Amino acid sequence: MDLENQKRVKEFAEKYGAENIVVILGAAEGEAAGLAAETVTNGDPTFAGPLTGVQLGLSVFHICEPEIKELVDESIYDEQVGMMEMVLDIDDIISEMTAIREEFCKYL
Amino acid sequence: MNSVILGSSYIMVYAPDMVIHNGSTQTTERTVNPNSEYLKEIKNNLRTFDQVVSYLPNQTYIGNITPDELGKYEMPWFDKPLEGATRDGKFGEIMPQDEFIVLMQICDVFDLVKLEKQFVSNTKAKLMKHPLFDDGLIGRIKDGEELDAIKKYVDTEHAEPIYNKGELIGCVKRAHDIDMNLSGHVMFENLVSKASNVLALLNLVSKNNINKEEIEYVIECSEEACGDINQRGGGNFAKACAEVAGFVNATGSDTRGFCAAPTHAIIEAAALVKAGVFKKVVVSAGGSTAKLGMNGKDHLKKGYPILEDTIGGFAVLIGENDGVNPEINLDLVGRHTVGTGSSPQAVITSLVSSLDKAGLKITDIDKYSVEMQNPEVTKPAGAGDVPLANYKMIGALAVKRGDIDRKELADFTEKHGMTGWAPTQGHIPSGVPYLGFCREDILSGKIKNAMIIGKGSLFLGRMTNLFDGVSFIIEANKGGQVETSAISEEEVKKLIANALKDFASNLLSE
Amino acid sequence: MSLLKDKKIIIIGDRDGIPGQAIEECVKTAGGDIVFSSTECFV
Repeated sequence: MDLENQKRVKEFAEKYGAENIVVILGAAEGEAAGLAAETVTNGDPTFAGPLTGVQLGLSVFHICEPEIKELVDESIYDEQVGMMEMVLDIDDIISEMTAIREEFCKYL
Repeated sequence: MNSVILGSSYIMVYAPDMVIHNGSTQTTERTVNPNSEYLKEIKNNLRTFDQVVSYLPNQTYIGNITPDELGKYEMPWFDKPLEGATRDGKFGEIMPQDEFIVLMQICDVFDLVKLEKQFVSNTKAKLMKHPLFDDGLIGRIKDGEELDAIKKYVDTEHAEPIYNKGELIGCVKRAHDIDMNLSGHVMFENLVSKASNVLALLNLVSKNNINKEEIEYVIECSEEACGDINQRGGGNFAKACAEVAGFVNATGSDTRGFCAAPTHAIIEAAALVKAGVFKKVVVSAGGSTAKLGMNGKDHLKKGYPILEDTIGGFAVLIGENDGVNPEINLDLVGRHTVGTGSSPQAVITSLVSSLDKAGLKITDIDKYSVEMQNPEVTKPAGAGDVPLANYKMIGALAVKRGDIDRKELADFTEKHGMTGWAPTQGHIPSGVPYLGFCREDILSGKIKNAMIIGKGSLFLGRMTNLFDGVSFIIEANKGGQVETSAISEEEVKKLIANALKDFASNLLSE
Repeated sequence: MSLLKDKKIIIIGDRDGIPGQAIEECVKTAGGDIVFSSTECFV
């Protein structure tokens, strides 16, 4: 994850409390989604950014996961994301995200 | 009357030491994690020049194999070298790093590039055999300095070091002691961009038999900025590059728009020619060292070599309608507007729906050239197969519009799409890599038209959160409509005189 | 609604996946206070 974005995530977690934050991702692939999710839960796996070794355990989802999709107005979701659902491997994204959440998320 | 594409060139520069010392992923790692495994490993995972030359996507970029041929090879490609591959391509060339470093000095007008004596003499001998380097260019090479002098510039004067084969062989001095915009680092990046652009211009002229004195305007569309403390992006790369390439009758300007810039620039060039302002306009760009090894960590993790080891460049010549070459149809320009929104479907709809103006279906366009990044580079990095994702979106839009049936979706990407081959150099892969093949495919009748789409991540500049994109269509020349304004009264008289002379000599021989 | 209700939302979109602004439009309809939205680019 971009270093500036990591810095912002860390600052917001300090400001609002990690339990009050939800991170929503838009990554193009399962693995990239998993890496971003790992970054905001268990720390930056690439050891490059401000979240290295910082285990925030934030609640994190991909926009295409059913937990988030069902909360969004259907027509808006369709307008903003609908067609990308045909392009992305949603099952792969869900399985990567679920695995990371189960292992590292502290606020489910 | 529509302007036409008269020719194009595509060049690459093999730059392994610049991956290590100038790629932003590596420089960042050196700052935050100087003892990392990645930094230790990277040296052992760089390719050789021969490996880079024989890499299938690179051979596609310089025009030696077609996108269709590339698509027939199963990935991974890095372990399938093309037999008999050469650095010389139909559209351009792949230049090794040492020659390029000297080209940087040839492009330096402020005495900033300092190179070690022996390195200069060895490399100059190589460049003297290069067909595109005439006496004028060779004459700009300086004799070189002692290594100690270079070390002093680097150690005490903030010069940006230049390495070759792991050795310090030169540097780019800062152009001002205080002004950050003229620092050694910035001057290095700008000289790389300039030199790779110049290489594209030299190839454009030579591969397409162009009279460089006829070029009236150059639009440069890279992603760098040159200027000083009072005008950071003042410009102008275009004219600076035209100067070195010997375009004595040209001026020019820079167009920016992240990766969408080349498409913007071609629309501008086509409009300038169509409006009769200039007869021949070149659109060109050099590449970026910051992006070298951008996804290197992911490549090593997956057991790939560092694949982002080349700087890219391209140039396209747009001219008045000659009745032969493919036309740029400016009536069907697509654009992402401020009000379009940033959902991927809104973006692609705004760019493709220009077809509506002519009542065309999505399937009426034979080929779409989107963001043609080499998927072998992007997939291990988690960005997916970018061209394929674009084709799926265009296909999905075609289903939504009723242009094709849902069952035909897989066929659509196959028939109207291509496998990506371009290096991940930002603006370089965006729409334009296909122009060379496109011109050939249209001239040979293989296809009748193509849509070129450029998209840009404007939000990276932190001035807007907006996305951007523009598109245009290239189509077969309608023929028989040679630009009359191009022929002067004098030329007409000459033509008539020649015809009469022929007629007279025919009469005599009879 | 519990998942996003009264939460501070951080959005990390992807240029080649779902961009930040598109996610914002979705999240706005689901409640939750968007405190940061960004889009990453790997190309």
